[in-house]
Parts: sequence; structure tokens; C-alpha cells
Amino acid sequence: MSDLHRPGADWELQFMVAGCVEKELPIEVVGAGSKRAIGRPVDAAVTITTASLRGISLYEPTELVMSARAGTPLSAIEAELAARGQMLAFEPIDLGPATGGPQSQQTIGAVFATNLSGARRIQYGAARDHLLGIKGVNGRAELFQAGGRVMKNVTGYDVSRGLAGSWGTLAILTEVTFKVIPWPETAATVVFLGLPDQLAVELMSAAMAQPVEVSGAVHLQAPVAERLAHPGLRSMGKAVTALRLENFSSAVTARKQRLKEALKVYGKALELDHRESLEFWGELRRLSVMPNRQTLLWRVSTKPTNAPKLVAAIKRYMPAEAFYDWAGGLIWLEVPATADAGTAEVRRATAIHGGHATLIRAERSVRASVQVFQPLNPTVERLTRGLKTAFDPAGILNPGRMYANV
Amino acid sequence: MSLSRLPDPDRGVLARSQTIINDLEQLIGAEAVISDEEGRRAFEADALTAYRRVPLAVVLPSSTEEVAKVLKYCHQNRIKVVPRGAGTSLCGGALPAEDAVVIGISRMNRVLEVDTANRTIAVETGITNLAITAAVEPDGFFYAPDPSSQLACTLGGNLAMNSGGAHCLKYGVTTNNVLGVRMVLVDGEIIEIGGPFLDAEGYDLLALIVGSEGQFGIITEATLRILPKAEGSRPILLGFASSEAAGQCVAAIIGSGIIPVAIEFMDKPAIAVAEAYAKAGYPLDVEALLIVEVEGSKEEMDRLASDIIEIAYTCQPTIVEPSTSDEHTERIWRGRKAAFGAMGRISDYYCMDGVIPLSRLPQVLTQIGQICARHQLRVANVFHAGDGNLHPLILYNANDADEAMRAEIAGAEILKLCVAVGGCLTGEHGVGIEKRDLMNEQFSPTDLTVQMRIKSVFDPNWLLNPGKVFPLEASPATSASEEAAA
Repeated sequence: MSDLHRPGADWELQFMVAGCVEKELPIEVVGAGSKRAIGRPVDAAVTITTASLRGISLYEPTELVMSARAGTPLSAIEAELAARGQMLAFEPIDLGPATGGPQSQQTIGAVFATNLSGARRIQYGAARDHLLGIKGVNGRAELFQAGGRVMKNVTGYDVSRGLAGSWGTLAILTEVTFKVIPWPETAATVVFLGLPDQLAVELMSAAMAQPVEVSGAVHLQAPVAERLAHPGLRSMGKAVTALRLENFSSAVTARKQRLKEALKVYGKALELDHRESLEFWGELRRLSVMPNRQTLLWRVSTKPTNAPKLVAAIKRYMPAEAFYDWAGGLIWLEVPATADAGTAEVRRATAIHGGHATLIRAERSVRASVQVFQPLNPTVERLTRGLKTAFDPAGILNPGRMYANV
Repeated sequence: MSLSRLPDPDRGVLARSQTIINDLEQLIGAEAVISDEEGRRAFEADALTAYRRVPLAVVLPSSTEEVAKVLKYCHQNRIKVVPRGAGTSLCGGALPAEDAVVIGISRMNRVLEVDTANRTIAVETGITNLAITAAVEPDGFFYAPDPSSQLACTLGGNLAMNSGGAHCLKYGVTTNNVLGVRMVLVDGEIIEIGGPFLDAEGYDLLALIVGSEGQFGIITEATLRILPKAEGSRPILLGFASSEAAGQCVAAIIGSGIIPVAIEFMDKPAIAVAEAYAKAGYPLDVEALLIVEVEGSKEEMDRLASDIIEIAYTCQPTIVEPSTSDEHTERIWRGRKAAFGAMGRISDYYCMDGVIPLSRLPQVLTQIGQICARHQLRVANVFHAGDGNLHPLILYNANDADEAMRAEIAGAEILKLCVAVGGCLTGEHGVGIEKRDLMNEQFSPTDLTVQMRIKSVFDPNWLLNPGKVFPLEASPATSASEEAAA
């Protein structure tokens, strides 16, 4: 590992970045490092971790708002929220286990810096939708803030949200302020078995059109479903299509009936109760159905109804197993390891059916040689480089992590 | 009034007016260019009528390609451009300049595609906010952001200002409901960002573009998220003997784990005016009213309403009136919806848009009263309580220059107060010309520089919607220095 620095205060971080600016030293930016094996490898002389910037600086349960230092572990945030009956609505996924990193180590800063959202995104929005404000240090060693702590804020440009998903290439976040929501009283899951992809997506579309607030809609192809921990679902040898309902108990019961009635043409539905639901969706949050092994993992975002066609198009060229989240709009796709990661085929399929693809798991040498993130069209690339220059003119923050020279 | 200084027009551009108009007519046809004095005067202001400037010309393109032609021409000739939707901005966001060409998008108002299977709608941005919901309502869907001006305001303006509305407590504001845009950059280049999927690749350009107040480009088409409409909705009217008790009730409801679709607040002066006009049956002997709306099936609404009423009883309400019928629902909302219009009938008013942390509500309401009293002005409060977005209406007589000036000064003091208690200058109206010079209250010079550098990425010569958002003395300097550095 390169020279590791652990600033304990904003001014200290600012001082370190200033030193690197002066010496033109590239910096690898990490929180707990659980996503280090994702993205293009960064060659940097210096690593700065936000891990020592920790602690919850503000929590107002009646205002549904929390501020935390960027290095605060997500687990600590969620424990504090749970103690007051609240949670992060966007259910951030943990990519650690699927990519050979540690489990449950990620920091809250990194969750927003990578805009990681889980199944509940379809109902409640993504990580970026819950971000209200940030503090950070850019590549000019300027300490700045954006947004604030109130729910509605259009004062100036939305810089906080603009930094979500920038993977530490524009600024090192030191504090994030975000919206939280109450835990629902109960959860239940309605499960259909053995549906082909096309029908499953059709079912999920029909479910999402019902006024029952489906807060999770996933489809696991049979080989993927076999990796579930739930003994009943695992042993069926069938694809699993699952819909989650969350609310107070009587509402969940009524909505479950309504949903089953609306979807009865798709066959008999099974049900997971509250406890089983927590386990099932918890597994998906850890992406444990896509365990770390010598295969490649792609993340594809597309129009839900095109998702089965997109997967079928890729399957014409290579074996592929899919886990569809977001009612089909997000595909986790496992394919055999190859030197070029099947990049040409995956990108061709996304070009035809719409959307974009990111290579999440691959050997370092592969990630160094292929385009890990979706290539940008020339105009968007020009704006992207412009933003990089605006925030980090010397190109010292996580250089090349997303795109070469960005 | 007019406290904010407007930039001096570029005399060189003014001298070329006729040439510019001729060129624009050549580009997109004379029928799409308004150049006569009277026609241009119709565009001299938006809903912040204290500021007026007659633009050099107004163009009303019918396609993205025409917008691109005009922008390319203006860019090549260094002519400023002011984008305009329906002109309902309350902060002067669509205020023209004498040396600027106004590009109005109102003719581009088509629905391009309704896709209920993927829960999206693609539209041109000149469409009104309400027309979007109208297009998907037959299929049981709606478009969530619902600014008060939704009958008139365009999606283009909503995107520029990141508009909210009464129901964003549950469903989020514009930025949370936009999936993709087709936009013309200042140099006339057309780009597409995002699409009918839930995230876009690369940096979150959509996040930066939405809410950029027309300073990054002109969005001509957008793909939006639509949601299935709830089975029903029902308001509960709650009256309190003090604003403090009403504020406590809001906090107690949210703290209990219930997020209603909307929580609206009105104080005594607002109630009196609304009731006189709308005959909604509001009690006149309360200091504050809340309208708390729940939605869902009948059983769900029964349960939520009874929970909310139980919580409300811990805050000593003087009135508890759940809606019992559709007619009753209409009546409860009638007063609230008519409040701004009713106020306009009795007086000119200046509508503020600050946001505060909810816990500071009683203190801030008291101080707002004190500020207005000090300036010998009356104030009424009507606002979205659930998210702390205040709308104090400062009443004044526009024909009395001194009173108008005092109203603007009082407004600035109220906004400074919002920032001081941890809030912000504007929750849904935008900065525009109105709050431009208060930006230093909320942001450090570095914070503002960070924002202005982003502006320079999209619009290096600062031609788009000039003289807004940033304090005047700050912006051109930064632009020039960035150019020099590039």
C-alpha cells in the first residue's frame, strides 16, 4: 500500500491535500476501503482515508435528518437510527462481499460518494435523493460546503447531489447530511416461482402500477435463486420473483391481498412473513447471491421492459446469470472471466436496448485495461472533464478511477 | 422597489438590435420572433413584478433544433439569452435584460410518450405541470411535484428551479422525479443525459442541471417518473391556540413515524383572509391551522387519521375536524388553495420562501412578527410545515415606494433569520434576481466560487440567464479569471 494518511479533522485533511497539490502527488481516496477492488485501479503515491473522521454530528428524529462525519461506519449510523425507529430509505447495498472486500465495513461518506442504493430505490429514490448537504475538500485543497440540513433547499446549484456518485474524483467528503425515514411497522413479501424473465418483468411492472407502494421488486434466475439462504426458496430449483410490501400491519395485509388478486394470472403466490422478509431482503442487500469468485460481475441499468431482451442478447455470446432488481431496471449479471470481460458484447447489448453498464468485479489487470464505467459520448465527456478541472485541476484525486484522465 | 441592481446593458449589442432581429427571423422564421415594442413588453417581467426589463427580442421556437439554432447564433455573437417557461417565477428567474434574447419554450408542449409499464412519461418542457398528470391520470398515475402555480407553470421552469409543492413531503421535489433530459447547451450543441432508467452514467449531471436556474442550457425534453395514484386522500383540519402548539403537533406526527402526504400551516391573518374569500368554514378564533393529509385505501386512511388525531390531542388542539366526505375535503383545501389569491385581493404582497429546521418554528414565527412590526408591515404565514418551508407573505402597497422598500428589507431580514437558525434562503422558488445578493449569508466566498466554476463549465462566457443567482460583483470576475486560466 502507498503512504497511508488518516486525517482526524477537516483542517488536517485540507493541509494534506494542499501538500499533495504542491508536490503534484496523486491521492487514492478511501473510506474503509471495502470498494477498493471496484473501478479502474488507482496508482497513487498517497492514500488518504476518511476513517478517522467519525461521529454523528446531528440527529433530529422529528425532523428526519442526520449529519455524520464521512468516515462514520454505515453500521454505526444504522444502529443509531434503528434505536429511534428510523432507517435510511434507500437501503444502501454492500458491495464488499461480492468483490472480495470486507462485509459491513463501509462508511457513510463512501455510500454517498458511490451513490449506492438497494431494492427500496424504486419506491423511495436513490442515495443521492436523500443527500441534503456535504462538506468536503476539493483537489484545490479548498474546504467548502454545499446544501444544508433542511429538507427543501434550492439555494444555488445542487452541488451535494452533483458529487454523489463521483467516486472521490472531485472532492473528499468530510461530512454528509441526509434525510432518514421511519421504519415501517411490518414487512411482507409475495413470491412467485418459476417465471421466465420476460413474464417476471411483466409481473413486476403490473405490481408497480398498483397503488400498494411495492418497496422491492426483484427476479432471480433459477441458478441465482439456488444461492439464497432461505431453505424453502433455495431448494425449489426455480426462478424467484419477489415483491415487498411495507407499512402498518393491517395495510400490509390488505395490500397483499390486493396484489395477489391483481397478479393471479401469474400463478399461485407464496408469502414471506416479517422475519423472513427481513432476512431475504437483507441477503439481497449484501448481494450474497452474487458471491465473490472467479467470475465477472456487471451492473447494468436499463429500461425495465427491455431488461430480459438485453440479458438474452448477451447470452447469445456467453453464459450469463442474472439477478434483476428495481422491477427489472437494474441487472446484476454474472459472466465467465475473460481477458476483455465481455466488454464488447455487453456494451453492444446496452447500446441496442438502452442503458449503461459498469464492470463491478474483475481482476485488477482486466479493470486496468477495459472501460469499467460506461464510455461517455463526446459532449458529456467534455462536460465531465470540465467538472474534473473545476474541482481538481491537477487531477490528483482518485485519478483514473472512473475514466482515464478524469 | 428594486434593491437588486440590474447589470448595465451592452451598448454594442443594443446598437445591433435590428440586425439581430433580422438574423433570428432568418433562422427560425419571422412568425417565431417577437420584435415589436408592445409584443416584447408582454415579456418584461415574471411573477416578481417589481423588476421589469423589456428584452431585445423574444423567440418562440417549436423544436429542439430551432432552440439550438438560436443558441448557436447568440453564442457566436455574444448575445445574452434568458430562457422562459410560463413566466411564473416568484424570484425574477425569468426576468429579461434589454440586451438579451428571451427564448420561450411554451410552443414546445407535446407529450412524446407515456410508458406505464416502465412508469415514465417523455414530454417537451413547455408543457404545463398539470398537463403532465392529466396525460397519465386515465392510466391511474400522476406526476408528483405540484407547485402552487401548476396550472400555468411549465416543466421547463420546474426543472430550472427544482420546484416542489405541497406533496413533496412524501414524494420529493422535481430533481427526485426526473430521469433524463434532452438539452441544448449554450453553443447550440444538443445533448441527452439519462433516460427511462433509474440512474444515469458518469457524474450526476442531472443533479447539477436541475435547479441551475436556466444558467446551464435550455432543456427541451424530459423523461419523468410517474407514480400510481393512491386510492384516496383525506385531509384533517386541526386548530390551535398558539403557533407553538401547531409546531409541536407537526413534530409529534413526524416523530411518531407517520409521514403524511402534506402538512400545511396557516396563521391567524392568513386564515382570516382565506376564510373571507373562500368560505371554507375555517374557525376564526384560532392562532394556527394545520391541514394534514393522509392517503391510501379507506381503511388505511381511517387508521392514519385516527393515529394523527390521537397525537394531535397531546398538543391541545381547539379544533379537530377530519374530512368526512369529498365535499368536505374540497372545502378544507379550498381555503388553503385560495390563500395566496385571496391575499392578493386585499393587498400587494411579497412572498418569501425560506426554510428552517422544524424545531425552530415557534421562535422563527415570533421573530418574523417582530421584524414586520418593526417595519410597520403586516405579515401572514401560509406554508408547507412538514418540511419547514415557510412562505411569509409581507403585505405592502406597491404604490407607496417607501413601504415597498421596507417590505423588501423586511423580507431580507426574514431570510437572514432562516439562515441563522440553520435553514436556507429558498426552498422551492429559487434565487433568481431576488435573493442573489443574500447568497453571501448562506455561503462562504469559497462555496460560491465552487458553484460558479460549475457555471463556467457549462457556459464559459456567462451568457445564459445573466445577472442572477450570484452576487453581481462576484460573477463576472470569476468568469474572467477562469477564462484566463483556461
